[in-house]
Amino acid sequence: MTDVNRVVVTGLGTISPLGHTTASYWDSVKQGISGIGPITLVSTPEQLTQKVAAEVKNFDPLRHFEERELSTLDRISQFAVVAAREAIIQAGITFDIPLSLRTATIIGTGVGGQTTLDESFRRLYVEKKSRVFPLTIPKVMVNAPASQISMFCGLRGPAFAVASACASATHAIGLAFQMLRSGAVDCAVAGGAEACITFGTLRGWEAMRVMAPDTVRPFSKDRKGMVLGEGAAMLILEPLERARARGATILGEIVGFGMGADAADLTAPDKDGMARAMENALADAKLAPSDIQYVNAHGTGTAANDQTETQALHQVFGAHAGKLGVSSTKSMIGHALGAAGALELVATLMSIRESVMPPTIGYLGRDPACDLDYVPNEARVANIDAALSNSFAFGGLNAVLAVKKFT
Amino acid sequence: MSDIASDVIEIIAKKKRVEKPTVELTDRLDALGLESLDAVEMIFDLEEKFDIEIPYNANTNNPRTEFGTVGEVVSAIEKIVANKKS
Repeated sequence: MTDVNRVVVTGLGTISPLGHTTASYWDSVKQGISGIGPITLVSTPEQLTQKVAAEVKNFDPLRHFEERELSTLDRISQFAVVAAREAIIQAGITFDIPLSLRTATIIGTGVGGQTTLDESFRRLYVEKKSRVFPLTIPKVMVNAPASQISMFCGLRGPAFAVASACASATHAIGLAFQMLRSGAVDCAVAGGAEACITFGTLRGWEAMRVMAPDTVRPFSKDRKGMVLGEGAAMLILEPLERARARGATILGEIVGFGMGADAADLTAPDKDGMARAMENALADAKLAPSDIQYVNAHGTGTAANDQTETQALHQVFGAHAGKLGVSSTKSMIGHALGAAGALELVATLMSIRESVMPPTIGYLGRDPACDLDYVPNEARVANIDAALSNSFAFGGLNAVLAVKKFT
Repeated sequence: MSDIASDVIEIIAKKKRVEKPTVELTDRLDALGLESLDAVEMIFDLEEKFDIEIPYNANTNNPRTEFGTVGEVVSAIEKIVANKKS
């Protein structure tokens, strides 16, 4: 591939249950620290069956925003803007008018401004008030994180939200990658944000009967399901030539994107759909399965996902599957739905950069249906030239990114 | 047949995925073709109908194997409803 078509990462921003910066997040992920704990964001936790989640802890919005600004920002958009600012500062980019017109803002979210929605409905249905706050609608809308980043950071190019539930961020980053590769834009802020730990959302997840009561144990025997998380991660993507010309530090390279739909069940995972997305990503990247050393799995911790994802990995990688390191970052940060793919891609890029495979924590032992190397409980030093980051959503929507060490 | 039995049969009949004119107490749940999401919906319908809580995790429970027959679901519900009254 000529340098003209190469797309590199020059900035990362993260706000997560394991820290409010990329450095603190990655440091904890590497150490295998759990971000899961008792739910504090809900005012009536005693009314919930689910007692744990992976919350972003000690987040004080006034450290990042003026009080006046906060009346326009749901928690999800606060996360989005904070993470985007960190990524832009790291990239060292100044968006003058010509560049800002050619910079895309593509942000994945599964469910949008749930905190605002929950508060508004509580006022109406519980407190019997007759009106809600004036900016309820523009705080709730799923494009709010993308719009707020574009406004706070002065980005005037194509900007929109991508919604594909648990694959939203991966689809968003994949689209930004394609737009850069095709020359449609010169820079992109892409990622995902979610702030879904509200009474109503948790009740909804409880009703699916897929939540683990204690903690999430992806790919492990005796796993009991998933745990909800939240946060945001943003990437600055640029064409290699541009990044080189301005002397940017290059953090990694995105080399392929694969997506597809199961056209099958609303919630049940589909081995063939997962496999097709991985195969599409490899083909797009012009990589052979044997070129991959590490897969950051979707790994939700449900009985069905982990078994099916394991089967899909066998299908795609054949005998090489046994040589892969496969780990689930969700074991530490829970499932942040529309932000998950971005948080996990940050972990994947950092693992390549530092030659460390992050672990799958909470692993109690082998489930016969999950027979790969899940890097159980402790990180592992290992050279990684190329990796995949998997996201598979409810609704049967699959997205996989292929990334490489930048050389 | 008890009221509970006829209510349970009515709920399960809506979820079955096989051609069968009536649901009997002796019918096996797996033979009625209930899928995973059908089971979750069935449990919700039972909880709503009888105003009870049924502990159930789709990762670790499987109603198609835990309850062999429709009659066993009826017995389980009768027990929960009786406990609730006492």
